[in-house]
Amino acid sequence: MFQLSDQPLDITALRRQMQHPQAGAFASFEGWVRNHNEGRAVFRLAYEAYAELGQKEGEAILEEARQRFDIIDAACVHRVGALEIGDSAVWVGVAAAHRDAAFAACRYIIDEVKARVPIWKNETYPEGDSGWINAEYRATED
Amino acid sequence: MSISLKLRYFAALRDQVGREEEILELPVNTPEELYAALQQRYGLTLEPASLRVAVNDCFVPMDSPLAQGDQVVFIPPVAGG
Repeated sequence: MFQLSDQPLDITALRRQMQHPQAGAFASFEGWVRNHNEGRAVFRLAYEAYAELGQKEGEAILEEARQRFDIIDAACVHRVGALEIGDSAVWVGVAAAHRDAAFAACRYIIDEVKARVPIWKNETYPEGDSGWINAEYRATED
Repeated sequence: MSISLKLRYFAALRDQVGREEEILELPVNTPEELYAALQQRYGLTLEPASLRVAVNDCFVPMDSPLAQGDQVVFIPPVAGG
């Protein structure tokens, strides 16, 4: 299940969906909005997505994870819209019989989502200016 | 020959173009040629090498053929997570 959401993430509900009788391991990753980036204080940020393509690409990444790793279930939800410091921006959850596959698939999914899903981050700074990350401040990914 | 294309803009490109979408008639054959025309028209600063392109909601190579009525979206460097 891949989803772009304009609502706060309900981590408890997301985790519950990963519970399967065959699962002996669950790994998750949460990306949070932090108060600094590239040496500047960050006041708040907003995510924008190209929803039609983002949905397809996100689903493709989850399917790749199911093919590559011995897992039972995988899901990812990414926020869009305005977020505050400390908010959860992205959640990845993987259930597997054993922990190695759960960790590996979780890492694979978040890395591929960051690199491929058409989502953009606009940071607003305490000074009042704002900028699109990657497009204006650096050409390489972090 | 000019073809009619539906363009949608996101993030830094939307800011630079000043709109979310538009329909343009342009004598272009590929996304590569289209982006060059848009750079000229709007003074876009993103290098073509930093972009990906989606036609009708699918990623395609920058030199793939464009057809009448295609929807084209240039994808600036992404920054999710």
